[in-house]
Amino acid sequence: MHIIVPIKQVPETSNVKMDPETGTVIRAGVETVVNPLDLYALEAALRLKDANGGTVTAITMGPQQAVKALKEAVAMGCDSAVLVSDRKFGGSDTWATSYTLAQAIKKIGAFDLIVAGERATDGDTAQVGPGIASWLDLPVATYVAKMEAAGTGLKVERLVEEGYQGLSLTLPALVTVVKEIASVRLPTLRGKKRAKAMDIPVFSTENMELDPSRLGLKGSPTKVVKIDTPKVTRGGKTVQAGDDESIEKAVDQLLVFLEERGLA
Amino acid sequence: MSFVWTIAEQYRGELKQVSFELLSRGRKLADKLGVKLASVVIGDGVSEERMNELIFRGADEVYSIQDPRLADFVCESYARILTRIIKTYRPSIILAAATSSGRTLMPYVAVQAHAGLTADCTELDIEEGTGNLLQTRPAIGGNIMATIKTPDHRPQMATVRPKSSRALARDTSRSGKIIAVSVTDDMIDSRVKVLGYRRDAVDFVNLEEADVVVAGGKGLKKADNFALIRGLADALGGVVGASREAVDRGWIAYPHQIGLSGKTISPKLYIGVGISGSIQHLAGIKTSEAIVSVNSDPEANLHKIADFAIVGDAFQVLPAIVRRLEQRKKETK
Repeated sequence: MHIIVPIKQVPETSNVKMDPETGTVIRAGVETVVNPLDLYALEAALRLKDANGGTVTAITMGPQQAVKALKEAVAMGCDSAVLVSDRKFGGSDTWATSYTLAQAIKKIGAFDLIVAGERATDGDTAQVGPGIASWLDLPVATYVAKMEAAGTGLKVERLVEEGYQGLSLTLPALVTVVKEIASVRLPTLRGKKRAKAMDIPVFSTENMELDPSRLGLKGSPTKVVKIDTPKVTRGGKTVQAGDDESIEKAVDQLLVFLEERGLA
Repeated sequence: MSFVWTIAEQYRGELKQVSFELLSRGRKLADKLGVKLASVVIGDGVSEERMNELIFRGADEVYSIQDPRLADFVCESYARILTRIIKTYRPSIILAAATSSGRTLMPYVAVQAHAGLTADCTELDIEEGTGNLLQTRPAIGGNIMATIKTPDHRPQMATVRPKSSRALARDTSRSGKIIAVSVTDDMIDSRVKVLGYRRDAVDFVNLEEADVVVAGGKGLKKADNFALIRGLADALGGVVGASREAVDRGWIAYPHQIGLSGKTISPKLYIGVGISGSIQHLAGIKTSEAIVSVNSDPEANLHKIADFAIVGDAFQVLPAIVRRLEQRKKETK
């Protein structure tokens, strides 16, 4: 079984800083990590490999530095990795990103399954996974909390509003997984050594089959018009509740607050 | 004339509330553009009576696509149908709910339709002069609000969080057309089969569609103390949520988790109990209408963004709130 895992390098969320002048995110000097939700995709893919044999390939699109994320994936146990990188890919929205990644996956060759994270913690769209499936005309299951190989196909459970929805899919297919799927393993020392020594191939406009009108900022249907920084504080009320009397008073005030808002 | 469309959601023939919420968003946009508003119902066994409800709540037209094979959401089949009718009717704007099905269907279709798609919009408006859809959404864990448009491609597609808008008042004097679209075999994808649903009462919760969410965190100290959270949630007619810390400690199951690696919610009322308020957790609750925090730590982050903060011991404060709510219920009876 050949499994491909698309991952993304994101700024570490707890360190996100905003430029108060421009209202944009300061990316320079900010630690980057593998999107935390992609770690579950890597884990799920590696577990399928452990159970059924096969290989796992990690792929990411980003600047040259994104190779760091791929090395982490290899250290966890991925067999190979591919960096998709070109200045012309810059500014891609989810439509152009999913196109470019789908073309890169075609270039990798035959595969049985693509396992992606539920969404990235920076863009937070959850659109690239289903987008890749659409470009490659694959059946898709999102929000997968449980998965197992079943004959020539795959059986999954999706976490949806009504509960867990059981699905069977034929392969090849694409799934996106949620945190519940498995707890993530740590990289091994052997894995780290392998990752360090590994030469990771770069896919670019030089060696990929691409429609230039579908790339980067120019090929993206959506455009960002403006960015605002919402104010963080709501200017709320704070009450102290220490002894019995102040607790009762706090509850009084809370009920008044809820009534005023039509909430109780 | 270009249309504004909303994608209605159904489960076992019943329309979900979010279908009506989307219509209030869509009505505003359609009126600004001076175009018709249509709702698309893909499913099985949705009665004409129920489809009329969509008209009473703002739709001018309803596209009805029904077949036993469409009873459950299967992305590939739904996407084929939607892509097909987009090509036929050429809508200008399509709104869907940011639910597990909406967030799967819309990107799948946007690729086929070469459309711009914006996830999880909190505000939608029409740009003066151009008539472009302006879509505002939180990103980077809610630290920024980005406004996005799709100038050169149609349709313009967006998903909207459940509970982020209110349905319009039911107006039975409204009339509209129900247009049945026939289903052909080539619209049905046989690669995916729905096997069924499992709903464990203890482990499962529908956080995104709840009006009131009471969430517990590390401050609760142990699993048993979630009974306090359940008590308050029951008293308010709400559901139980949790911080990542509580889930990772095994106090409560993952479907309850709120935040960056869990659910993003926009309830009318969120009450966080013993939750310090990490950036990751706040990202999941920022669009709540009202935020209440109960925590003995006066420096808790959640207190700072709360509309109403109680600095006190949850083990004393929560029972006091529940007592009072119950007392009041008795009095009003």
